[in-house]
Amino acid sequence: MKLALKIWRQNNASSPGKMVDYTVDNIEPDMSFLEMLDILNDELIVKGEDTVAFDHDCREGICGMCSLFINGEAHGPDRLVTTCQLHMRKFKDGDTIYIEPFRAKAFPVIKDLVVDRSSFDRIQQSGGFISVNTSGNTIDANTIPIPKHDADKAFDAATCIGCGACVATCKNSSAMLFVSAKVSQFSLLPQGKVEAKERVLNMVNQMDAEGFGNCTNTGACEVECPKGISLENIARMNREYLKSSLI
Amino acid sequence: MSNSPILKSSIAKKIAMALSGLFLVTFLSIHFFINLISVFNEDLFNTLAHFMGNNPLIQFAMQPVLILGVLFHFIMGFVLDFKNRASRPIGYAKYNGAANASWPSRNMIISGIVVLSFLGLHFYDFWIPEMVYKYVEAKPIASERYFHELAEKFHSPIRTSIYCFSFFFLFLHLWHGFNSSFQSVGMNNKYSKTLHKVGYAFAVIVPFGFIFIALFHHFNH
Repeated sequence: MKLALKIWRQNNASSPGKMVDYTVDNIEPDMSFLEMLDILNDELIVKGEDTVAFDHDCREGICGMCSLFINGEAHGPDRLVTTCQLHMRKFKDGDTIYIEPFRAKAFPVIKDLVVDRSSFDRIQQSGGFISVNTSGNTIDANTIPIPKHDADKAFDAATCIGCGACVATCKNSSAMLFVSAKVSQFSLLPQGKVEAKERVLNMVNQMDAEGFGNCTNTGACEVECPKGISLENIARMNREYLKSSLI
Repeated sequence: MSNSPILKSSIAKKIAMALSGLFLVTFLSIHFFINLISVFNEDLFNTLAHFMGNNPLIQFAMQPVLILGVLFHFIMGFVLDFKNRASRPIGYAKYNGAANASWPSRNMIISGIVVLSFLGLHFYDFWIPEMVYKYVEAKPIASERYFHELAEKFHSPIRTSIYCFSFFFLFLHLWHGFNSSFQSVGMNNKYSKTLHKVGYAFAVIVPFGFIFIALFHHFNH
């Protein structure tokens, strides 16, 4: 396949960026999207030009590092996959592909397609954990009976890899799907209920402080989430926030 | 951090938007029911309209609350939309919103502005003349005048068209807004599917019912 690429190039966080045109040839349908970018970068190195910076790590849809807004969608046109799992067979010979960084005030661009998602880390640090007593009397979590329904829901929420696709795709740049998944994965389990009130209040307040937008329930985040995190988690977070604020 | 005032939080604003929307839906239901009566029974419509227009509880307690509810919903809608736009200072060169969300859900501000503009016309047509009639000119109570005032307004094909156009945007607004309000207040359980069906039915029946009423009076009077 021969493809025309329009890629966002930006030297650093403070410099203005712009879309730059590239062409890549001999792209195999079975290549991943990141491999296609690797080929482009190889060609740029041969030409002595600056390579395109993009985030990646595990390249098997687990780590949540890869991002990219491809042809107007977070992680591209496929569903339930990250960019590293997106294959070039989703595109046709001669296609023009727009490749942009995840856009949000809370995700500032560092260079080219790499954005700073440490706002997610700060939200996690504000309450996305369970305080564990490690004095030697810790009870094995497996000894606590948990209804399967709750365990399944908690596990589903815990599959969120924090990639930020929900923020990138939301027209409001809302982080509520991410935050609600992190709130839910703990609040559904007995170990997490102890700190549930402080957790939801602190995480939502930190989310607001980071400058994310508000959720208007378009459902776009759920569609684009590579892990299929459900909007049900946002409803649960809203309930918990209301309950924790009033009682 | 946990001591931050609840009303400043994004979720509190979202819940407030939902509750004010549900309040307006309640009012809309009553308004629709009374207007629908005008199609079937002129006298009963006059009786109900007279009651709504002259009952002290409705006039001096419910009406101000309703106006405040409308103002709150629209002002908060604009405030939230402004803040949401500010949360993405640099937009995408290519953004395929239709790939993952419906048009009504992505354009509540547009449908809201159309409905707000319509409310301006609607107040000009009915509410302001009614206030002038009762409280400025202090004319005598005439409980039989309401039906004729209603029918007279729909003589004009332009006004009728504007009303129908606005009701279509009300449909778009309710299509997303009604069900969205349940999600905002935290309802997402085994009853949600049924509730969503009721929400969608309401979003269709009420606006298109209003269109029917407008066209009925246009072509029959």
